[in-house]
Amino acid sequence: MAERSFEREVQDLKLGAGEIFRGEGILAITKALLQSGVAYVGGYQGSPISHLMDVLADAKDVMQDLGVHFETSASEAAAAAMLSASVMYPVRGAVTWKSTAGTNVASDALSNLSSGGVIGGALIVIGEDFGEGSSIMQERSHAFAMKSQIWLLDPRPNLPSIVKAVEDGFELSEASSTPVMLQVRIRACHVHGQFVAKDNQKPKHTLREALENPVRDVNRIVLPPANYLHEKDKLERRWPAAVEFVKQRKLNELFGPGEGEIGIVMLGGMYNSVMRALQQLGLADVYGCSLVPLYVMNVAYPLIDDELVAFCSGKTAVLMVEEGAPDYIEQALNTILCRRDIQTRVSGKDVLPMGGEYTAPVMLKGIREFISVHARTLLRNQPPVPDPTPVLNDPKIKALAKVVPPRPPGFCIGCPERPIFAAMKLVEKELGPHHVSADIGCHLFSILPPFNIGGTTMGYGLGPASASAFNVEAGKRAIAVMGDGGFWHNGLASSVGNAVFNKQDGVILVVDNYYSAATGGQDIMSSRALNPHRKTNNSIVKAVKGIGVEWVRQIDHTYDVAKMRDTLREALTTREKGPKVIVASSECMLNKQRRVRPQFLKAVKNGERVVKQRFGVDEDVCTGDHACIRLSGCPSLSVKHTDDPLKDDPVAAIDNNCVGCGNCGEVSEAAVLCPSFYRADIIHNPNWWDRFVHRMRGAVIGWLQRRREARRIVFAE
Amino acid sequence: MGGQGGGVLTDWIVALAEAQGFAAQSTSVPGVAQRTGATIYYIEMLPPRDGVAPILSLMPTPGDVDVVIAAEMMEAGRSILRGLVTPDKTVVIASTHRSFAVSEKEVPGDGTGDPRAVVDAADFAAKRTIAFDMEALALENGSVISAALFGALAAAAVLPFDRSAFEATIRAAGRGAEASLRAFDAAYARARDKPRDDVAAVPRKRLDPLPDFAGHPSLDRLVGRIRAEFPDVAHGLLFAGVKRLVDFQDVAYANEYLDRLGALVVRDREHGGAADGFAFTVAAAKYVAVAMAYDDVIRVADLKVRGARFARVRAEVGAKADQIVYTTEYLHPRMDEVCGTLPKRLGQWIEDRPRLFAALDRLVNRGRRMRTGTVVWFASLYLVSGLRGMRRGTLRHYRERLHREAWLGAATGLLSSNYDLAVEALKCRRLVKGYSDTHARGQSKFDRVMAALPLLAGRQDGADWLRRLCQAALMDEEGLALDGALKTVATL
Repeated sequence: MAERSFEREVQDLKLGAGEIFRGEGILAITKALLQSGVAYVGGYQGSPISHLMDVLADAKDVMQDLGVHFETSASEAAAAAMLSASVMYPVRGAVTWKSTAGTNVASDALSNLSSGGVIGGALIVIGEDFGEGSSIMQERSHAFAMKSQIWLLDPRPNLPSIVKAVEDGFELSEASSTPVMLQVRIRACHVHGQFVAKDNQKPKHTLREALENPVRDVNRIVLPPANYLHEKDKLERRWPAAVEFVKQRKLNELFGPGEGEIGIVMLGGMYNSVMRALQQLGLADVYGCSLVPLYVMNVAYPLIDDELVAFCSGKTAVLMVEEGAPDYIEQALNTILCRRDIQTRVSGKDVLPMGGEYTAPVMLKGIREFISVHARTLLRNQPPVPDPTPVLNDPKIKALAKVVPPRPPGFCIGCPERPIFAAMKLVEKELGPHHVSADIGCHLFSILPPFNIGGTTMGYGLGPASASAFNVEAGKRAIAVMGDGGFWHNGLASSVGNAVFNKQDGVILVVDNYYSAATGGQDIMSSRALNPHRKTNNSIVKAVKGIGVEWVRQIDHTYDVAKMRDTLREALTTREKGPKVIVASSECMLNKQRRVRPQFLKAVKNGERVVKQRFGVDEDVCTGDHACIRLSGCPSLSVKHTDDPLKDDPVAAIDNNCVGCGNCGEVSEAAVLCPSFYRADIIHNPNWWDRFVHRMRGAVIGWLQRRREARRIVFAE
Repeated sequence: MGGQGGGVLTDWIVALAEAQGFAAQSTSVPGVAQRTGATIYYIEMLPPRDGVAPILSLMPTPGDVDVVIAAEMMEAGRSILRGLVTPDKTVVIASTHRSFAVSEKEVPGDGTGDPRAVVDAADFAAKRTIAFDMEALALENGSVISAALFGALAAAAVLPFDRSAFEATIRAAGRGAEASLRAFDAAYARARDKPRDDVAAVPRKRLDPLPDFAGHPSLDRLVGRIRAEFPDVAHGLLFAGVKRLVDFQDVAYANEYLDRLGALVVRDREHGGAADGFAFTVAAAKYVAVAMAYDDVIRVADLKVRGARFARVRAEVGAKADQIVYTTEYLHPRMDEVCGTLPKRLGQWIEDRPRLFAALDRLVNRGRRMRTGTVVWFASLYLVSGLRGMRRGTLRHYRERLHREAWLGAATGLLSSNYDLAVEALKCRRLVKGYSDTHARGQSKFDRVMAALPLLAGRQDGADWLRRLCQAALMDEEGLALDGALKTVATL
């Protein structure tokens, strides 16, 4: 169950011809898939494409009506392999994941898929996680397209263009027997816009028909000698077919005047930023009229040599705008022009930066430099461009930089992973620091303050594998952390199996929060919820035992910091050899609250007796050392300045967002911190017995309190 | 837009613009996945021309932004640093409340950023600023901050839409519309009437004037002593100290405090304190009170069982009249604390026998969750707090006294040679705080800083150096910054 309900968005998937779809880019893609008569969809969740998966998971009735099969793939590799259904049968399929991380995982299947080629349209929607807001290494997915010969679409970042790219993509795939990747960047995935919908289409050829009428053709399988034939077929038939299709259908677009001294060649995804820069230079207006000829490559790969040659011929120079390194297209463009002896100068990464996101100022600077070298006269009537530098150079603003703190991501309020790392901190204080290999997932935030735990991250499900070299005699053991998502994605075999087989003498900590939490709370194998469409509740402990781990400990309540600490200590010090696996399980608090809070509010409304817990700090008792915060980092546990003239430092304070997870109390108890924390149990709708007991207790306690107050001589407040 | 509530606000603004015939486009960039990193939202809107939709950018151009909305003070600062706020164009709408970053909270001292720097910067960089505590205002109206920000945006009159169009947008969104409209109205009115809050770095410390009548003859005598024996400038802190110590122990203990301060003020006068505004006496008034009201088991128990505390907890957790509240305290007493609370000789006798101490520690040393609202737990804490009468005879009291006198002796000894350094030496007491290990760590930092005194005594700038040492000691838990600073001092 995803953390958000997509009920409303599911309604958008039902829109018919002529109706206006309003919403996010990634949801427009989802709708476009259905409009294209897709027969099956798979994928692995991850920013920025999680919503595509989430909506389809919630859209069972729509999918059923259309006869579309939707699968939550175990990994990107599984998703890519799923496309093999389109190899022998004319069924359209689409898969999605976050790239380049996911494309890396999928690349084995992708190579095999593209070698044999497809009959049914095969579309891979990749969320290009590049630039600001990205959470992964900065690489281009472009390389995969080139090396495996998969076509790559990079449409202009508006909903109609993106939707059209999906529809074109399937046709291109079928016309050239080649899988097609559709790349959308973070901002485009989250862009809000609108397009005119079409009716959804049932698949022309269904999976059922395929299953009941199996086809096989040895020549389509990657085995010698067919693999050599594939290479030939790719280069001699499929490539020209694709080029022809792109040309004929005019997938790439020309804007601006037909002739010009200079021109700009850009990937579709760069179009809006280029237009904004031209507008600021006085060379375009906001409605798309440009004084500079523009060639917009909605197809990033393959290049259409003829179109490029036609565009560049007669111009003194063109600017190639592609984001990220290396400058594949610029190099190719140079080769194309060079081979035909065309003297147009190609500019690109000489005026634009090699790496990093092409933000508005970067784009503006690059384009201005290009034009000022090659067509200076164009800039004659240049309006003043927006320039914040005088402001930024002022001492007042410079002083601000020292004051404004960075805001790194961290664990949510009440996160069950917090106590795990608090316990690890405590063990570290006893046994000294250890080498800690981290994985991918929420737990990775332990690397940041206040925990500062974790040395490396090598990929999803690879945490323990990345500690495998440290399997030597030493006074300390390596610790590897892996989430439940990573565990099922790849970790069981690549990390745990690897550790068992190689008798790895380290500690493997599996953080089990019942969901693929970092990507939005999707169900996975070991989720505890009952999901009618998936088989959940598969035990991680059974899995690791089944694969041969002998030393396994299950902790069912991660908030028990003392137990967590003791178990970790045992794992690090036991004489037993081989991998020591600790499975620490508690439900992701974000998802738990989404599940529990409505129930709680309903119960309160119905007059039922319910107890809400939250924590607080006695500020008189708190001395303002903040040791508790260094073992927590909870957004709800903060500091506040007091008006007490005898206190210099701000005291700890807990705000109303506290969910009463228990970490504050457990940590202050286990770490022997201080007695300032209290837990308040607030009984809503108390019954007569509650009220009676409370009255009795109140009578005794109140009498004692009054007795003392009467004897005490103090200043009035 | 940055900060909490940006998603809802973005949806509202886009819906508003579209309802008014504009083409609107929003994008967002989540700060690492969808978790607690700050998500930034960006909106562009423009009417279409002859049916042609405008081409809108997916990211802001620094220097080309009309409105910046920050749902938190430092978020506004971040926008300014990104160059999004310029004097020719940008209206800044910011909530002045703070939500502290981890780097601000985790510091053992005070690591919070000064919001006045943001105000100064905004005043310089923005065309106009609307800044008040919209979070509090939203809460007062039973809503969330997005509604208040939307109200402030309407009042700012930067978007070419009527107030009624804003309200219609909220109504159309449905859920919680009533509360949202209340917060919207309140923020609208507030942004019109008083668009700016005064922002202070920290709230003012409460220094009460000396009362004419304190309600009891013995208290009146204490107040009388402050008035008669001490310079005016120290009265506020002395009164705070006296109040704390009467509360901590009794009237006699407060008198002891005044006696001790009396001796110090004499020395202060001898060394020309009058010319320095009695800085030594003022610092002593504060820190001697803090030192004398040390945090022991008796005090913790005393604070936990008070009637006023029960009422305060109810208020803090927002309990309604018909709800019942029970608190659970998380205490972890060790044998150290028990020995400290025993009569001096008995406590020492046990401490001198490590095996006995360890055996007893095994009995005592564990976390105890005390339900203060139940009779048995309350009674036990009540009994412990009742040990107040015996406090002066405890081992802890004896040790605190020794430590205090050594510290005061060292500081007083510096008066003749280096007055400023003597004052700073008093202020070093700030380093001693917390309980158990934390207390020990604070104590050791204090000791290390004080050990540098001989190196600094002869230096004109000794006080500055000592202040730097103190600041360094409060920067991190392990004292790494302090180590570095001490090395520097050693090389002077």
